[in-house]
Amino acid sequence: MGQDTLIRNVLIPTAQILAVVLILPLLIAYLQLVERKVLGFMQARLAPRRVGWHGLLQPIADAVKLLIKEDVIPEKSDRFLFTLAPIATVIPALAALAVIPFAGAPFTVFGYEVKPFITDVNVALLYLLAISSLGIYGIILGGWASNSKYSLLGALRSSAQMISYEVPLGFAIIGVMMLAGSASMVDIVEAQRKAGVWYVVPQLVGFFCYFIAAIAETNRVPFDLPEAEAELVAGFHTEYSGMKFAFFFLAEYTNMIVVSCIATILFFGGWLRPLPNVESLWWLQNGWLILLPLTLGGFAGWLFGQRTGRGLPPMIAGGGIGAAAGAILAMSDLGGLASLSLPAVSGAFWFFFKVSLFLFMYIWFRGTYPRYRYDQLMALGWKWLIPLSVANVIVTGLAIVVKGAVQGRG
Amino acid sequence: MFRTEEMDINMGPQHPSTHGVLRLVLNLDGEEIVDVRPVIGYLHRGVEKLSEHRTYAMIEPLTDRLDYVAAISENLGYCGAVEKLMGLQVPPRAQSIRVILAELQRIASHLLWLGTHALDLGAMTVFFYTFRERELILDLFEQFCGARLTYNAMRIGGLLEDVPPGWTDRVRHFLSIFPSRQKEYEDLLTVNRIWLGRTQGVGVLSREDAVALGTSGPTLRGSGVDYDVRKSQPYSSYDQFDFDVPLGTKGDTYDRYLVRMEEMRQSCRIIQQALDRLPEGEVRAKVPKYIKPPAGEVYHVVESPRGEQGFYIVSKGSEMPYRMRFRSPSFVNLQALPMMCKGRLIADVVAIIGSIDIVLGDVDR
Repeated sequence: MGQDTLIRNVLIPTAQILAVVLILPLLIAYLQLVERKVLGFMQARLAPRRVGWHGLLQPIADAVKLLIKEDVIPEKSDRFLFTLAPIATVIPALAALAVIPFAGAPFTVFGYEVKPFITDVNVALLYLLAISSLGIYGIILGGWASNSKYSLLGALRSSAQMISYEVPLGFAIIGVMMLAGSASMVDIVEAQRKAGVWYVVPQLVGFFCYFIAAIAETNRVPFDLPEAEAELVAGFHTEYSGMKFAFFFLAEYTNMIVVSCIATILFFGGWLRPLPNVESLWWLQNGWLILLPLTLGGFAGWLFGQRTGRGLPPMIAGGGIGAAAGAILAMSDLGGLASLSLPAVSGAFWFFFKVSLFLFMYIWFRGTYPRYRYDQLMALGWKWLIPLSVANVIVTGLAIVVKGAVQGRG
Repeated sequence: MFRTEEMDINMGPQHPSTHGVLRLVLNLDGEEIVDVRPVIGYLHRGVEKLSEHRTYAMIEPLTDRLDYVAAISENLGYCGAVEKLMGLQVPPRAQSIRVILAELQRIASHLLWLGTHALDLGAMTVFFYTFRERELILDLFEQFCGARLTYNAMRIGGLLEDVPPGWTDRVRHFLSIFPSRQKEYEDLLTVNRIWLGRTQGVGVLSREDAVALGTSGPTLRGSGVDYDVRKSQPYSSYDQFDFDVPLGTKGDTYDRYLVRMEEMRQSCRIIQQALDRLPEGEVRAKVPKYIKPPAGEVYHVVESPRGEQGFYIVSKGSEMPYRMRFRSPSFVNLQALPMMCKGRLIADVVAIIGSIDIVLGDVDR
């Protein structure tokens, strides 16, 4: 085996895996800060401000605290399973990221071509469904091994909920698979480029089912029954502390990111810009050229509004001015920035932008909704989502057959 | 081969949703409630016994600690009872200011109830909104008497002092912003499908049961019984104000929610009227330096935010009461809990505890 093959087959994949596994916890730590900040904004309070400028170092402090905390194992618990459970939860969550393409085009490092995803398998969707089912084991084991009644109830709720909602999740995905004719993530995005439209348009019902089932699957508000702190203290992880607790936490947020990534890829064109086939919108390709001034303008306006007590209008105005300036900059191609050809960067931008919007939706829901009750959750899943998603598959199938027949005749 | 058994769960005394140190022993079949046994007494301080060794003026701070989220209503009830015993006539200005304070307290107490009730059902944001407004009321109380929770706001025979300058304007300012803030909570909850699903038909207390169990306050009125002490036995000039008593129809958690929401609006109406025709004059009747009510006994009730708050005093003509007894609405309303919970799910227990709005300081005394 030559040196070249070694690098290509061993070194680069290892580096990719390390990059994902090492960057992700940091990303999650800051996602949590964003969550706290956004919730604070919605709830008329300040959110973390003490550690670092505007609380920017808070996630680091939290992580350190969890690392050095005492690791309590209840006396009557099953020690082996109690330790195994967080690991069994976090590994499937991380493994799911293996098939997520973060951008389309490969880039070169030291003359070697690196793809912006760990692997592209032709059964990626099936792999994701299988892996996400495994995550339930960790939760059931953790709840059972704790030997606490609250944990057990939380674990039972969780398993029932996740198993029920996996069915509509799977059916919602089938619609996309039928349209794209493939289960590979990269192929699905490429199919959307060819179709010239994001699959959310023909698969609106499918997306609706997927999104609701995904929230339930990740145990987030309004489906956060397994850890409903008002009823079950903390549900399945009541007895956990320190790093073991952090692992459950990590798994929950990883799952959130994974389902947002899948939603982006299946229904919102992954790394494609809006309207990927319309040539006259080419300047949208480098979307960060618009978003960056928009954010800066909006932030400046917000600061101005805070200082002068004018509230939100300056923020909206600042954001608008920023966006307009960015659009002009992009369209006029000043300084050659817009026509700068960095497909990996622009693809990654659009991908992460869409994923962020989904994550924001999660946080927004958390700030808005009360929690479903156990029986209502089951009723919603079995009486509404499953029939709806099955109907979606049937209608999609019929539409494909009719379309094929019409085209075949023409 | 397989067998199922019922499971006992201790909910509390350390539990986020039992609103204090209430302990519920839940007998569960899966998630379904077979039986609920409330265990109380974790906050018992023996206030009734303590009162027998305090002079009448010294007892008022103790009443602050009964229902500590609505201390002014307790002050009002206690002072009213002693005044009734002594046959004192409270000056009209003091009566009106007492009404303003008591109704502000009702709003503050209902805001705390709404925030925690919504938080128990998972709606986190409402909690912060209601505490934002409760803070405004607590600021008003602080300006009036210097305290934010245990006020000791009144004196036997009236008030210690008149309201500070500009205080009435600040109350008016609060009244002007509060309706729009209340709309914010209602936007988040009243027509929210999940909220409706969690509260409608949950914890139904029939009209007959509500009366038989002796419940009072919004818990009783949610079941459609038109009984409000402010209307039936007016005290402290409540008969001069024009307000409605909201009633529920089904007696479920949602009705009790609607009743309390409407009560906040009615409280605003009462405060507005009291401010508009606030009489001038003294704020304290002529009271002897050493309060020695004549021998006899008295029972006085007020409508606290939680219901009918009664004070029973037996006097032997000394400086201290011979016997003191409190009829606390939380204690009586808690009796309705097991009946409402049977056959429901664990999540409903949390909703029902929230909807009867108990305060453990009031339950245990």
